[in-house]
Amino acid sequence: MKKSLSNLIALTFTCVLTTIALPALADEAMPHNTNTSNANLGNTPMEGTATFEAFGGKPGLVKIMDDFMIGLVADPRTSPFFNNEKQTYIKAMLVEQMCELMNGGCKYPGRDMKTTHANMKVNRAAYNALVEQFQFAMDKHNVPFAAQNKLLAKLAPMYREVETTTGDAVAPVKLAN
Amino acid sequence: MNNTYLKRSILRLMISGAIVAICTSNAYADQSFSNKLLLTGGVSQVEGAAGGGLTPWAVIGGYGTNNEIGGNAHYTFVKTGDFDLNSVGLTLGFYDRFELSVAQQKFDISDLRGKVRAGLGADAIGRDTLDQTIVGAKVRVLGEAVLDADTWLPQVALGVQYKKNHDGDFVKGVVVGAKKDSGVDFYASATKLLLDKNLLLNGTLRFTKANQFGLLGFGGAKHDNYRPELELSAAYLVRKDLAIGAEYRMKPNNLTSPANAALFGGANVIDLQEDDAFDVFVAYAPTKNISLTAAYVNLGNIATVKAVGANYGKQDGVYLSAQVGF
Repeated sequence: MKKSLSNLIALTFTCVLTTIALPALADEAMPHNTNTSNANLGNTPMEGTATFEAFGGKPGLVKIMDDFMIGLVADPRTSPFFNNEKQTYIKAMLVEQMCELMNGGCKYPGRDMKTTHANMKVNRAAYNALVEQFQFAMDKHNVPFAAQNKLLAKLAPMYREVETTTGDAVAPVKLAN
Repeated sequence: MNNTYLKRSILRLMISGAIVAICTSNAYADQSFSNKLLLTGGVSQVEGAAGGGLTPWAVIGGYGTNNEIGGNAHYTFVKTGDFDLNSVGLTLGFYDRFELSVAQQKFDISDLRGKVRAGLGADAIGRDTLDQTIVGAKVRVLGEAVLDADTWLPQVALGVQYKKNHDGDFVKGVVVGAKKDSGVDFYASATKLLLDKNLLLNGTLRFTKANQFGLLGFGGAKHDNYRPELELSAAYLVRKDLAIGAEYRMKPNNLTSPANAALFGGANVIDLQEDDAFDVFVAYAPTKNISLTAAYVNLGNIATVKAVGANYGKQDGVYLSAQVGF
């Protein structure tokens, strides 16, 4: 705890969500199989589409994720996990994952949360920091608080897969190329 | 411990905390503290534990996560029709696992004292306040109240509150007739945030002998054994920084004034019947460093002496609390 967290910040479930199929390592990564099992989604989708509509559908999600990523990079608690070349990919994955969780007719093609976060140390502080940035982004786009919490209720339990440490947060290991 | 000194120190600490809060609240500092989500540490209840206004919850006080320490100082003022209650205290949370708290309560009975003195021609109460110190400890034993949104499993904590009443000669005397001037409450709390419904629920089971939270001592002529008391809270999250809710706290009913038999031929002249308490509250946290709680509170009957014009009835009024911390 003495250490400067800014270098250590963790990642968030988001990142997670997304991540990584490490597109650059296409041979190693899981193929982007369009039949990816729902198990990778991290939770069961909602019933109905009211929440998805409250988010402005997929165009709304795209705008929210754009601002979310800006916040994640600006926040020293999350920037070590997001201030990298994968931002565009992560945002796209997040849109697909949120869209499918909200029953918006999408199919999240990414990897599961555990695999996604396996090469980094995410702690509770970093996880919560990501939640806060997500709330800021949803507030900015006028998503009603109740709708925000319906989605957060789907995401929150993913802490079990995303959090990989109860110690200091450590940014992703750069994979040698 | 000198009560005035403790109270002044805590108020001083709150003021410096508020200054720090104002200076830092808009910066993304190098944050290795205060990373719990807004309001998820509850507020300081009247005995010092993290919870609602009247009732401890299973949450650990302060904004520390599982590798951080958090804490806060609180000042609470309750004004009912005929009595005032002040509480100042500190709550510390360690690693979202353990909580320690201390609270100093001052219960103003000067109005009753004056009426008794005028009516009887004797200063039978002999003091304007009843003072009590409460030291609490709590441990979270399982569950994650906020994040476990896919299960009904609540967060559960076990706690104790050691209470020392500093007016033992009075509360154990002929007017009140408590058996002891100190006691220990034991409780178990279960707290669950139903995130998709914006609803927080808490149930606490407390084993206690305390009369009026301990302000009138422990045990009495009616009962002097531990009794289970249920305490329930519900809060609706209006925004992430604003909650409204209600609480119900059962209390024991141990006391019969020995003076009634000794002086008044058994008539219930000094009525110490104890009732359950409830409140309806609003809690607002503009930042993680400050929270403000306002409530309507009803404590029921506390002490009524109709013969001297202290025809008090149920004590209801306002509850105001501020806390600063991290």
